[in-house]
Amino acid sequence: MHIPDGYLGPTTYCALYAATIPFWAVASWKLNKTLKAKQAPYLALGAAFSFVIMMFNIPIIGGTTGHATGATLIAILLGPWAAMISVSIALIIQALLFGDGGITTIGANCFNMAILCVLVGYWVYQLISWHSGAKSKRRLLACAVAAYISLNASAFVVAVQLGLQPIFEKSSIGQPLYAPFPMSVTIPAMVIEHLLVFGVVEALVTVLVITYFQKNDPAVLGRTSGINQSYGD
Amino acid sequence: MVRTKKLWIGIGVLILFTPFGLIVPKWFGAEGAWGEWSLEEIEKILGYVPEGMNHLAKTWKAPLPDYAVLGQSKGLVLEGLGYMVSAIIGIALTAAVMYIIVKLLCRKNGSD
Repeated sequence: MHIPDGYLGPTTYCALYAATIPFWAVASWKLNKTLKAKQAPYLALGAAFSFVIMMFNIPIIGGTTGHATGATLIAILLGPWAAMISVSIALIIQALLFGDGGITTIGANCFNMAILCVLVGYWVYQLISWHSGAKSKRRLLACAVAAYISLNASAFVVAVQLGLQPIFEKSSIGQPLYAPFPMSVTIPAMVIEHLLVFGVVEALVTVLVITYFQKNDPAVLGRTSGINQSYGD
Repeated sequence: MVRTKKLWIGIGVLILFTPFGLIVPKWFGAEGAWGEWSLEEIEKILGYVPEGMNHLAKTWKAPLPDYAVLGQSKGLVLEGLGYMVSAIIGIALTAAVMYIIVKLLCRKNGSD
């Protein structure tokens, strides 16, 4: 899901930077207001987890691969603002150091995987887990559904971003300048593989980790909002 | 810090398994993620390289492209090891940057 340099034209990639930067600013401001120094290791862990989980490429029929992001998981454990920053840091390092995702598309990739995925995942989780106990099955259901839906939301948005390029970014002879495939191709390609496989993987990973916390440290799940929870106290 | 120690061990275990994230796709003959093709692959698919893509693709030359720290096409064992080393480097850097950012952000909040 990491969009490389060259797939999005300047209009799109600038727009996505413009969309992402306010979220980075708000997240930083929120963390600035609420974070305590001793919570630093937990956020470091979250960012590290996101990085490593994205290295597990899962092959599917058709010869392509995909991966989970951990975005919803981190949002559940550390709150959405911490999650936005954590996943963004992982993505930026992946782009700068390893060429996984472009530099022009850092805004886009962060928007898709660190902002949208986190927000959708977090809200769906809140909705389904409302007033449920920390160790309840409903919590696990909430995690699974939230993770699944959020990753698919990201996949859809990526497909739209790519599919918009051949419509608006064409050369004088009508040839695509950037991503060449229309939405009729990008949407099925991205969405089906995430609906059938990668979304399931994301849900599984999220549930597995939350189950671990339910068994070993349920206090972490005591409250479902923000970084002001028992983690680190 | 006891709580985080177990979690870091968990991350360590994941790192040990990262070569599978590279090897398993190869076993299945999978190439890469959809929509993340290189210029060469795009040329094979389309018969040409879109102008803008050709231009922007050169924006950045990553120091460790494709997580292949020990180089590419060096055989599965070395590539797997290289992948693991990349994971370690990436995770260490990500965790460090995140840690520093948090410390910068919470300077005023005290450590209660």
